[in-house]
Amino acid sequence: MSREPESQDPALLRRLLRAKDRMDAASHEDWPVRRLARVSNVSAAHFARSFKQAFGVPPHRYLLTRRIERATALLRDTDRSITEIAFETGWRSLGTFGRTFRDVTGDHPSAVRERARASAHALDRVPACHVSAAHRPHLTTAVSEKRRRGADDNIRPHQQEA
Amino acid sequence: MSQGIEVVGLYVRDQDEALSFYVEQLGFRVHTDVKNGGYRWLTVQHPDQPSFQLGLFVPGPPVHDAATAQTLQAMVAKGAMPPLVLVVDDCRAAYDRMRERGVEFTQEPVARYGVVDAGFRDPSGNGWKMIEARR
Repeated sequence: MSREPESQDPALLRRLLRAKDRMDAASHEDWPVRRLARVSNVSAAHFARSFKQAFGVPPHRYLLTRRIERATALLRDTDRSITEIAFETGWRSLGTFGRTFRDVTGDHPSAVRERARASAHALDRVPACHVSAAHRPHLTTAVSEKRRRGADDNIRPHQQEA
Repeated sequence: MSQGIEVVGLYVRDQDEALSFYVEQLGFRVHTDVKNGGYRWLTVQHPDQPSFQLGLFVPGPPVHDAATAQTLQAMVAKGAMPPLVLVVDDCRAAYDRMRERGVEFTQEPVARYGVVDAGFRDPSGNGWKMIEARR
């Protein structure tokens, strides 16, 4: 049975986005539903269901995923111990961190770190990609220039044939 | 320059609100604001960038049917539209100034990999990265 999902009010979605933004900005903090619901100005009973409908995952699951993303970056980019990283990203127990990490990534934190180290130079600039991408006008120009020249080279013989 | 991109549009939930945000809170200028029946063509400009206009458009008729407009409004409100980047000389100073004017920041200025950046949203939900230009 497929049922048309009821569409959510954009004003509500905007307020739910605020809760998601707050989790993004401070994923190491505790975000009980009541706190998130206050940010979104909706009842706690409403919040979890509305959030899941809007963003496809329950709020707690979203928070855990963000924490694991941060932990993965720290494993890759720093020499901090796995225990330090677990506490820094908001976990109270190493066991919960390890279990959740495996659950989300399908792998152990130590294995992820080893793999990241093995391909260290290739990953050198990955974490800054968003920021760097906006800063790479010259590279982009050069690449597109090359591509355009390449395209011209390809087009010319074709045009002669026609 | 006679060729290039002149206007890129954003969807906003309310043009008056967006106009006040981009002009009063961000310091942009109005370039064009004309109405044709129920349709309003509204663009703003960064004061240092006279060849580029940012369009502030509301999804709806005559361009969209009601269901499409509703979908677009929902996408904007849940922050699903593509990222926008504003380059500034001094990210921390711009952050202080804009926060004082009530801009909703999603990320405080952070220095990483030699670049300082912050994040904010417009009232509709469009997300901006604010990056300090390299000197």
